[in-house]
Amino acid sequence: MATVVQEPRQRRGWTDLPVVWHVRHSAGLQRGMLIAGLVLVLGIVLVAVLAPFLAPYSHAQMSGAAGPFPRHAPPSGEHIWGTTVGGYDVFSRTLWGTRTALLTVLMAVSASLVLGVGLGLVSGFFGGPLDRVLVMLADAVYAFPALLLAIVVSIVISGGQSSYFGGVLSAAIAISVIFIPQFFRVVRAETLQVKAEPFVEAARVFGMPRTRILRRHVLRNTTRSIPLIITLNAAESILTLAALGFLGFGIDPTAAAEWGYDLNRAVADTSSGIWWTGVFPGSAIVLLVLGVTLVGESLTDISDPRLRRRRHRGRKKA
Amino acid sequence: MTVTPDQVESPGRLRGVGSLGRYVLLRFLLIFPTVLILVSMVFVVMRVAGDPITASMGGRLTAEQLEQRLTEAGYNRPILVQYLDYLGDLARGDFGRTTDNQAITEVLITYGTATLELAVYAGLLAMLIGIPLGRFAAYHRDRASDAVFRVLAILAYATPVFFAGLLLKLVFSVWLGWLPLGGRASTQTQISLGTIPGASGLLTVDALRTGRADLIGDVFSHLVLPAVALGLLTAGVFVRLVRTNMISTLSMPYVDAARSRGVRESRLVRTHAYRPALIPIVTVMGMQLALMLGGAILTETTFEWRGLGFELARYLAARDYVAVQGIVALLAVIVALTNFLVDVVAAFIDPRVRY
Amino acid sequence: MTQERTSEGAGPVLSLEQVTVGFDTDSGVVEAVRGLDLQVGRGEIVALVGESGSGKTVTAHTILQMVPENARITGRITLAGADVLSLSGEDLRLLRGSAAAMVFQEPSTALNPVFPIGWQIADGIRAHQRIGRRAARARAVDLLRKVGLPDPEQRVDFYPHQLSGGQKQRVVIAMALALDAQLIIADEPTTALDVTVQAEVLEVLRRLRDDFGRSVLLITHNMGVVADLADRVAVMRHGELVEVADVADLFAQPRHDYTRELLASVPRLRAAAGEPIRSTPPNAEAPPVVVAEGLAITFPGRLGRPAVHAVRHVSFSVAPGEVLGLVGESGSGKTTISRAVAGLVGPTGGSLTVLGQEFRGARERDIRPLRQQIGFVFQDPATSFNPKLSIGDCVAEPLRVHRRDLTEAQLRARVASVLDMVQLSPALSGRFPHELSGGQRQRASLARALALDPALLIADEPTSALDVSVQARVLEVFAELHRELSFAAIFVTHDLAVVGMVADRVGVLRDGRLVELGPTASVLASPQEEYTQQLLAAAPVPDPAEQATRRTRWQALVSQPG
Repeated sequence: MATVVQEPRQRRGWTDLPVVWHVRHSAGLQRGMLIAGLVLVLGIVLVAVLAPFLAPYSHAQMSGAAGPFPRHAPPSGEHIWGTTVGGYDVFSRTLWGTRTALLTVLMAVSASLVLGVGLGLVSGFFGGPLDRVLVMLADAVYAFPALLLAIVVSIVISGGQSSYFGGVLSAAIAISVIFIPQFFRVVRAETLQVKAEPFVEAARVFGMPRTRILRRHVLRNTTRSIPLIITLNAAESILTLAALGFLGFGIDPTAAAEWGYDLNRAVADTSSGIWWTGVFPGSAIVLLVLGVTLVGESLTDISDPRLRRRRHRGRKKA
Repeated sequence: MTVTPDQVESPGRLRGVGSLGRYVLLRFLLIFPTVLILVSMVFVVMRVAGDPITASMGGRLTAEQLEQRLTEAGYNRPILVQYLDYLGDLARGDFGRTTDNQAITEVLITYGTATLELAVYAGLLAMLIGIPLGRFAAYHRDRASDAVFRVLAILAYATPVFFAGLLLKLVFSVWLGWLPLGGRASTQTQISLGTIPGASGLLTVDALRTGRADLIGDVFSHLVLPAVALGLLTAGVFVRLVRTNMISTLSMPYVDAARSRGVRESRLVRTHAYRPALIPIVTVMGMQLALMLGGAILTETTFEWRGLGFELARYLAARDYVAVQGIVALLAVIVALTNFLVDVVAAFIDPRVRY
Repeated sequence: MTQERTSEGAGPVLSLEQVTVGFDTDSGVVEAVRGLDLQVGRGEIVALVGESGSGKTVTAHTILQMVPENARITGRITLAGADVLSLSGEDLRLLRGSAAAMVFQEPSTALNPVFPIGWQIADGIRAHQRIGRRAARARAVDLLRKVGLPDPEQRVDFYPHQLSGGQKQRVVIAMALALDAQLIIADEPTTALDVTVQAEVLEVLRRLRDDFGRSVLLITHNMGVVADLADRVAVMRHGELVEVADVADLFAQPRHDYTRELLASVPRLRAAAGEPIRSTPPNAEAPPVVVAEGLAITFPGRLGRPAVHAVRHVSFSVAPGEVLGLVGESGSGKTTISRAVAGLVGPTGGSLTVLGQEFRGARERDIRPLRQQIGFVFQDPATSFNPKLSIGDCVAEPLRVHRRDLTEAQLRARVASVLDMVQLSPALSGRFPHELSGGQRQRASLARALALDPALLIADEPTSALDVSVQARVLEVFAELHRELSFAAIFVTHDLAVVGMVADRVGVLRDGRLVELGPTASVLASPQEEYTQQLLAAAPVPDPAEQATRRTRWQALVSQPG
């Protein structure tokens, strides 16, 4: 007989909330990675909230009290991260960029979450022709180069360039189109698994209506992996938004600060050795994606009891 | 319908050898609906907003002129007729023409080789780095070395390829001056290579065939930075992919069983756990091709690598939607074909499908 | 350094002295084995028996240091003259496979699915010796022949999925023989196998001792297997050794209370039991609760695979108050039939009438009104309950669906009374499923199935995931409830002894067909069909002397032509 130690489950309470539970149930390196990720993400969220107080200039400001900003000015006391070819202040644009990125991610992930989870649940639970059609569609979208699809969708929605909110919205929709199939696939697979569990079959045997089984038994038990896919998709969303901006299908620079656009302009700067226009917004992308991914990867490890293990050092002899 | 344990152990476990052939055939037939869905999706998405002529010329032409152009190009017909027409053209291998009147299949052949060359070197680099590191991290999981490799892999994934490209250019081209800033080769080299008989368009192959050190050096020095940028991005994905799958096969009873027979740890990792892990790895790596195509657009734009991605970005910027629609539809076909090939390869690794 | 010697003169192959194994877990160190002393002599089969959590598997894995990294081992293990716990790295690797070899519980996961079996055998040999490819292959063929795999020259190139469960276990045993290891550690080697296959594999294990002179440490929970194979028996409980004795002595006069209890819990095949489990005989006059006429259930094949005929032309009926036992090995279709009667799977041929409703082609709408009359108990107590709901809520669910007239207080009272019926304290209703033991959960599952006082109860292997002592209790509760409530029941099991304890009539299934159907007493006492005879003869009984005679009878049966 295998000696499986049952995972003691916490009673409901605030410590049972996904991320909190994970922090409490982690150890060593996994905990370190999780906390590092959380610190990065929370720090960036804080910057976004406090941007009006932290940024010396607005995102599209090209002149100050002392006249127009210099172009391509290296970092100095006036412009601590220098200025761009158009005369924007790099520091201010990088800070304001956090807002654009986080807002887009928030909208994209919540849209994909609602639609993807809803469709996945219904499709997996009820099956039938609707399920087969949805699976085929999801597989097709999944197989398609995601960035291309996002570009095409964003062109259709906004014609390429647009205002702040319109740009964020079209980027968010473009990103959602890519991620709905991912949520759909994961949730559908889990629904199928839960559906075959004896406790769901038990409810079917005594005649519980199907919609009630779905609500009471299936929904509650399929949400386990959702925190993980949220973080993974958030990371992908940030990268997709930046790529759209980089290719010129993002948000107009006068409407909002967006790191991908800034990097696009910075590519040309590199040949003359101007580094500050690219390094700062680029690093901002890396840090945000890094933070979100660290959280996601640690959540995966900690949730999986096979991956969550402790080691006793020097076990050979005692 | 769920399969209960009762049916799994059905009698007649010895299946015919012909089942691989049947599997391949069925999988092959599955390409057609997939392609149909993909190209239809492209059509629907591209045409939701309107027709390509209004999109690219709108505002520059008078209403009458526009009307005339639309009638000429057939964009005034019912959408369903246009759709069937479009499918018919695709079936004949006609992917349309660009506004500067190039056949899109021509564009593909001219610039596809450049993208292929970049993708092959980047893919090789990704495998050479990703697979061993992933295996190492899986075996040493939760130790400091694993954490270091994982953070590096996440970093490789978190860095957009155009930012990595920008940093590489800054360091190796501008500050150190070791490597060129962009392009596939210097103009002189490109002219020399264009004149050799039977040029393949793959510059590294052509240069090696000439045997001239200056040409070979020039071509490879241009290749290094783009291949590294795209390769590192993909390597990060591979490390994570290999690590996750190897962790699950390393914990399988058959690995413990082999260990109990005295099989060396290195062999357990490299053979006993690696081979079964390859099945999901190959499948996902195939899907990564779609991601590489996306990455190629960005890499090629960053390094002015005149490939399909670079051209696509150019057509997008010029709002040439017929060209975009054609290239995208063609890419869809390539993706569907690749996924088919990947599944066949996976079937060859997995004897449970083969027999 | 002193070398321990046993009374038999020659040193034991294996000796454990004061071995303690602990695991570091989230909640501190858990000791799985405490102060164990055990020896295995040359050519001896020692059985290590115990229920789940007794530490027997951990002990087996500790011998070759095949334990997770969070384990700490103290004490002394001497294997073939080597102090195992002092070894590490290359020395330990060379010991594995050559001094002792292991046979695992689940042959389908102990073999690597992507390599041919011959390659896997040869790979183990090559880990210890330099040997050419052709020579290694010849050795593999030879080993496969030794363990009785038919056509070894051909099958050496087979992949594991091309072999049956019994054949796979033979391959695993062949691997254990490959390096002439003196000790074979067999961890539940027949638990995953059907009873007829188990009998064959036990034969192979016996030959390890008789023909090859090996010693075997046999880990098992099955007292029948112990009686069949072992020379000496060590009984473990909660990580400690309770009793060690020769096999005949242990079964004849168990010294320890726990051993006695364990032996008493084992269901016996009472051929002429004849004792009815319920006072009132089934009402044969009343219309039957279930009638199957030529019932067939076929599952469509996936992606070019042929369809699976799970049930073919099966006819039976269940009278009110009657318990029908369905017995069969894996793939026999017994579970599929029970699921069809519960309305979880649709019949594809013939006719199936449950409580007067034809199920073939019926819609969920037609079946729904009957559902409150049908109760179902599942095999696996771990997954039978929604982990997010309390036991009380789970048991109350059928009532909430069908008895809307009940107030919350009445509902709670009803839940308390059904829990009481299955001898669970109503205080448990606030607990979550994972906080209950397997036996408690299975009784709660019974309570949920009976909450609406159904006319028909279907139990699909309700005790096969439980330890024997727990199984005895659940069966007792089942019999008692049946006496009180006299529902009709279909009881699915692979264990003939269990069916003998609960069923009025028994149906024997094989490959989706009903082979034999009749009153339990007569089927078990004088089976008419050859398959039933084999099934009965193959099941080992917990009595070494009786088992020896049964074994000869079984050997005679299977050696008969046809």
